[in-house]
Amino acid sequence: MSPMARTAPVPAATDPAIIRNFCIIAHIDHGKSTLADRMLQSTGVVQARDMKAQYLDRMDIERERGITIKSQAVRMPWEVDGVSYALNMIDTPGHVDFTYEVSRSLAACEGAILLVDAAQGIEAQTLANLYLAMENNLTIIPVLNKIDLPAAQPEKYAAELANLIGGDPEDVLRVSGKTGAGVEALLDKIVRDLPAPKGDPDAPARAMIFDSVYDTYRGVVTYVRVVDGMLHPRERIQMMSTRASHELLEIGVSSPEPTPSKGLGVGEVGYLITGVKDVRQSKVGDTVTNLAKPAATSLPGYADAKPMVFSGLYPLDGADYPVLRDALEKLMLNDAALVYEPETSAALGFGFRVGFLGLLHLEITRERLEREYNLALISTAPNVEYEVTLEDKKVVQVTNPSEYPTGKVAEVREPMVSATILAPNEFVGAIMELCQARRGVLGGMDYLSEDRVEIRYRLPLAEIVFDFFDILKSKTRGYGSLDWKADGEQAADLVKVDIMLQGEQVDAFSAITHKDKAYAYGVMMTGKLRELIPRQQFEVPIQAAIGSRIIARESIRAIRKDVLAKCYGGDISRKRKLLEKQKEGKKRMKMVGTVEVPQEAFIAALTTDESKDKAKKK
Amino acid sequence: MPSVLPLGDPAPSDGLLPAQAADGAAARAFGLYVHIPFCAVRCGYCDFNTYTATELGGGASQDAYAGTAVSEVVLAAQVLQRSGVPARKLSTVFFGGGTPTLLPAADLAMILRASIDQWGIEAGAEVTTEANPDSVTPESLAILKEAGFTRISFGMQSAVPHVLKVLDRTHTPSRVPQVVQWAREAGLAVSLDLIYGTPGESLADWRYSLETALSYEPDHISAYALIVEDGTKLAAQMRRGEVPGIDDDDHADKYELADELITEAGLGWYEVSNWARTPEQACRHNLAYWRGDDWWGIGPGAHSHVGGVRWWNVKHPAAYANRLSQGHSPAAGRETLDSDTRRLERVMLEARLQSGLEVSTLSALGRHEVAGLIADGLVEPAAAFHGRLVLTLKGRLLADAVVRRILPD
Repeated sequence: MSPMARTAPVPAATDPAIIRNFCIIAHIDHGKSTLADRMLQSTGVVQARDMKAQYLDRMDIERERGITIKSQAVRMPWEVDGVSYALNMIDTPGHVDFTYEVSRSLAACEGAILLVDAAQGIEAQTLANLYLAMENNLTIIPVLNKIDLPAAQPEKYAAELANLIGGDPEDVLRVSGKTGAGVEALLDKIVRDLPAPKGDPDAPARAMIFDSVYDTYRGVVTYVRVVDGMLHPRERIQMMSTRASHELLEIGVSSPEPTPSKGLGVGEVGYLITGVKDVRQSKVGDTVTNLAKPAATSLPGYADAKPMVFSGLYPLDGADYPVLRDALEKLMLNDAALVYEPETSAALGFGFRVGFLGLLHLEITRERLEREYNLALISTAPNVEYEVTLEDKKVVQVTNPSEYPTGKVAEVREPMVSATILAPNEFVGAIMELCQARRGVLGGMDYLSEDRVEIRYRLPLAEIVFDFFDILKSKTRGYGSLDWKADGEQAADLVKVDIMLQGEQVDAFSAITHKDKAYAYGVMMTGKLRELIPRQQFEVPIQAAIGSRIIARESIRAIRKDVLAKCYGGDISRKRKLLEKQKEGKKRMKMVGTVEVPQEAFIAALTTDESKDKAKKK
Repeated sequence: MPSVLPLGDPAPSDGLLPAQAADGAAARAFGLYVHIPFCAVRCGYCDFNTYTATELGGGASQDAYAGTAVSEVVLAAQVLQRSGVPARKLSTVFFGGGTPTLLPAADLAMILRASIDQWGIEAGAEVTTEANPDSVTPESLAILKEAGFTRISFGMQSAVPHVLKVLDRTHTPSRVPQVVQWAREAGLAVSLDLIYGTPGESLADWRYSLETALSYEPDHISAYALIVEDGTKLAAQMRRGEVPGIDDDDHADKYELADELITEAGLGWYEVSNWARTPEQACRHNLAYWRGDDWWGIGPGAHSHVGGVRWWNVKHPAAYANRLSQGHSPAAGRETLDSDTRRLERVMLEARLQSGLEVSTLSALGRHEVAGLIADGLVEPAAAFHGRLVLTLKGRLLADAVVRRILPD
């Protein structure tokens, strides 16, 4: 067993041969944080007795102050055979929406720990990230975690992992982040199995940004992996995608507190502070070079984050519009993928059309806006971006049904995804049924082990953004997992369905759907609204239409009775309070023409029951 | 009165009223409400503050109750005097419950006499008691008449046995004409209380109840839609799906039928749920509630109003008796209304009356709504032209919606 390193290699003067850069690929609750904490402890970066008292408590304070709590990259010393090594553990986001960020984190490493819960086996997103790591030629160390659990099935899942990455089940390490068992062996294996970084120390500096975080006190903190050359404090650096230059105010490593250093050399991982205030000025995937001695070519793989899913965000109370605007501005500082523009809806008033990487990104953003800025929001049904070509060859990009052109449409193209679903084989039928109902085309199917399958489908993105994952979960009793990535586009028979209240179109309820599903949408939405909109003093027809053709109709009968029969033996106070409550309720109504529509109706009509449950789970 | 008391300010233990209670009091009528918190059986729909005989003891017991109530009457007269409210004779007295006639008629007579001893009574004052058809006899009615009662209101509710059963009413329908005749013979004006919209009641059932009630030629009819209050047995049955839920359209049909048949029989509406054979036979005590007059409510959970001060007594009869035995006011909480709130209440209450609401009471925004209300057929155009807002039949059914429209600010 290896002892703790007696001396730690000094940043800025570390031979690449003793550097090991790795990340941990794991599903959300498979124990990544616990294992990471245990590594910090085993390497002495955080003392065992301080683990809770200092390290975690400090995180609470950070959380209260609203500053960064994640350690994006931690440098840990570890000694093997009398040599002290510098291990850089690089954090990876765990969700499909952030695949691009994951790919950049992977690109900063030479190796990855594939961490899988010994009681649950691998999940689709983990598998996707594993493939991503393999494409990046990373060395994979398969590890089963939670071997202390009674429900653990290490033999079964070791075989599954060995099958996936090629190798012997015996080579799969078994650890417990909780008890610490196997953690030191894992650290040894990282040193022994992972290759050292390679680079040219004499070339112009090139460092890849793999994360960029806004901190209230320090501005943007940028995390980089140096590939060639060296970066020094106080020199001017340049972002190669934008050519913008900044002074390097501070450079250093996290272990886990930020520790300034004399620089960062080949293979080293650390942070930069330049004083910029917006993560857009320091984008993930970009290459940092020295302004005075710039590199000729940037590192490969840079891409702008492209929003895939769009939703309108509206404050429940119109007076909160400025609060929402300021909140979005602040969130943007820390989220380079977030895009938005002002939007007006006849039904919902002033709001923003916001583009997201995916549904989780949408939910996280909405939740942060509601929680951190105390906003009550309505988010309209998520939409993808359509390309509509008119007969006069004019092309319109549509991210909101209300932008759908009224002229003669020649073709509508929709974004496609290739989806991977992992599930026990008993659910294959149910999954295929679901995917076919969502216009999916089967791409292939493989057995991961004797009872677990990987199913691949090509599906329209629009078909999976709303409730697909929730339904998949319920059809597979929670065992199914999903991953997807963008996969081009296709022409499809799509139409816009409008919903009208008393002849007045309500833009918030319009939808772009496949022609075969338009009728079902119309019936569903008109039926839902009939239940949700209270009776008015006049009859209210609700219609669904494609262009001028009505495809579904319902009607809300006029209310005939709205009076309390008696006054309860002189308890006028009670009657007055009831009136005041009703008047308050009326204030929360949105007027659509002369129809009073409660805010709750908008929320309920745009939410499925499943997605409400999902919001709870998150 | 309902089982849940409103939230308000605490009331002082001496019961003294803030100064505004006395303002303009001489111009307002003064009435007395006496709550009798006893019933033979608790009805499934009732959430009023009432108890069956065996539930209570001590000063709260049925036997001791009249004495306890009289002690509040004495306290009330003192509090009004010490609060500077000028003494006024009683204009109306109303005994409600519960089932007032579960107490011996002599007890009701004693409470009434004690009240008259304190305040005196106007000539031609209206003195009513509610009664269950089961709990009166010619003898008890004679005692009431002798003591000064002028009017009796029978809880008939329905003439249809299966409807009465759902309501847990114990009387047999055939007893109603009998007690109406006895009351007439005793010299009392007669009102019948009906309830419509009981689960399982058909429109034909309701028509039968109305026709039956009208065949007894009452001087006054109250017809209330059944309200299912939380916490009642009926609410629980409805939640469990044992009885069907409330249908507002059914209520509307039945209200329209009631208005049609009662009006045909020669009575006229004077308040949303009340009809009288002549304007003089309208229940003046009831009108006092809607017109913002002063009244003192005696008894546990009873509500009072004097000059924009509203208060309510502790709910439980034992707590009530206990407070009084210690010489303390039984008031649990109160609110002192500011002028805006008083105006709001006035609009809310007077809009329900056939005499209507003065349009000038409304704000400019509220007045602006009146034309629309006429256009929607909710307000009588002729009365509005003369400056009074009077609801049409359709408007009465939507009275709360109308009130929200004329109180836009």
